[in-house]
Amino acid sequence: MMLLTTHGLTRRYSGLVAVDGVDLAIPEGGIHAVIGPNGAGKTTLFNLLTGIVPPTEGRIVFDGQEIATLPAHRRAALGIARTFQNIRLFSSMSVLENVLTGMHPRLSSNLLATVFRLPRFRAEERDAVASARAALEMVGLQALADSSADALSYGDQRRLEIARALVAAPRLLLLDEPAAGMNPAETAGLGDLIRRIAADGTTVLLVEHDMHFVMGLSETISVLNFGRLIFTGSPREVRSDPKVVEAYLGARLAAKLHAHAGTTDGQ
Amino acid sequence: MTIPGWLDDFLWTYQTLIHDLGINGLLALAMYVVLAVGQLSLGQAAFMGLGAYSGALLSMKLHWPFALVLPASCVAPVLFALAIGVPTLRLSGVYLAIATIGLGEVLRSVYINWDYVGGALGLNGIPERAETWMIFSLLGVALLALFLVGRSRFGRAMEAMREDATAAAAMGINVQRYHLMALVTSAILAGLAGSLGAHEADFISPGEYGFEPAVTILSFALLGGIGNPAAPVAGAWFLTLLPEMMRDLPEIRLALNGVIIVLAVLFLPRGLFGWRMKRRAA
Repeated sequence: MMLLTTHGLTRRYSGLVAVDGVDLAIPEGGIHAVIGPNGAGKTTLFNLLTGIVPPTEGRIVFDGQEIATLPAHRRAALGIARTFQNIRLFSSMSVLENVLTGMHPRLSSNLLATVFRLPRFRAEERDAVASARAALEMVGLQALADSSADALSYGDQRRLEIARALVAAPRLLLLDEPAAGMNPAETAGLGDLIRRIAADGTTVLLVEHDMHFVMGLSETISVLNFGRLIFTGSPREVRSDPKVVEAYLGARLAAKLHAHAGTTDGQ
Repeated sequence: MTIPGWLDDFLWTYQTLIHDLGINGLLALAMYVVLAVGQLSLGQAAFMGLGAYSGALLSMKLHWPFALVLPASCVAPVLFALAIGVPTLRLSGVYLAIATIGLGEVLRSVYINWDYVGGALGLNGIPERAETWMIFSLLGVALLALFLVGRSRFGRAMEAMREDATAAAAMGINVQRYHLMALVTSAILAGLAGSLGAHEADFISPGEYGFEPAVTILSFALLGGIGNPAAPVAGAWFLTLLPEMMRDLPEIRLALNGVIIVLAVLFLPRGLFGWRMKRRAA
């Protein structure tokens, strides 16, 4: 069953078609990737899926529901969570508070219960903190819960963004270049984390630059080029498809990937 | 309970100043709630004017009891907030500031040109019904409520959208709804402050609710900071007491406010009292 499909999804900017008639189909469960060169429209695609920018044309169906016209916060409440390519943490907050902010759509105490500190409010806050700590443990940041978010190392900030997205137990987790700027050890750890997230039942869709990383991790790979979806298939198919190799990967990178064939488990 | 003579003298002499501390504290909170969600919305003087005029008219023309006048004084500011809030939701930063100041100026010229509310002369003979305990009880309740709300999912959402509205929306926070809620809260607080001010001064005029007070209210929050709700109130008290200490130089009061804003923006981006609200990590 498909968790997310897009139909003719298009986003035009003046004089530029960033995403051009994309028909994407993401099955429920597992890890899936969208790859493409710089400017291929990967981040715009994520922004369309999460409601940060509205589509010019086309439909988005999530779990059987049409969501293209829903605002971003409604899509988050439906279970679509994301991280950002350029990390967007709430830097004045502590690590734990950042994760608690991600719990927002799951909390329901109203202003009255909040101001009067009713038992309902207290119980919900307690549960929220417990969930936030669990999410931090999942990404290995439990010891840094009370640090300021902007005091974390780059790799830890990426992990914190994942914890913040994960804490509301989304059905679909969108990771925008999660390995960008990470060293090989951090990238390997990230690969393990993404596998554990998928094993827990969250469908993961990642946009990545690091081919090696994606090939070893993903069940399906969709290739974007100049805003168009030019291929969807398994990593093996992507690697061997002459259209992708010729039109997108280029001869040099293709040769490099072939050299790594068989040992591509993310560094 | 008997009040000692010297204290009675003191309270009598400084009653207006003491009331101003409470009223300006409420105005500082009205500024705080919109800045806390990242909106540079400068309609507080306009809200205050609507609260003052509607409250004064209810007292003078309809002779309502003050217990009804005070809550009713919030109605016009809230309606105005909803009317300007919906179309200006998409604005932010300096555009929002200009739009809200412009709308305040529109109201000011309405007062000036409307004889029913006294035109440029304003309204005279408003019954003096605002008591010190009312002003400071309302300030205390508002301050406590904002602290409690700040230390909850609402407070986290407010801080999140102040830092990064896009990321906040992606976390499931309905940013526009919070913007509107903040604006309505701001209207209630400023409306109360306006009505209390009108019922303690016995006289109001359009000039009290124009551009100059809008900037003064902003300076309360800029000087105090917005890390916690007590900070802008402290800023307001500082700026209310300062001219009192420089009584001989009233003409430089506004200039001094301007200098303080510039200095605060340049050297104290978090304000004089800029510590951040602690949230218990249970």
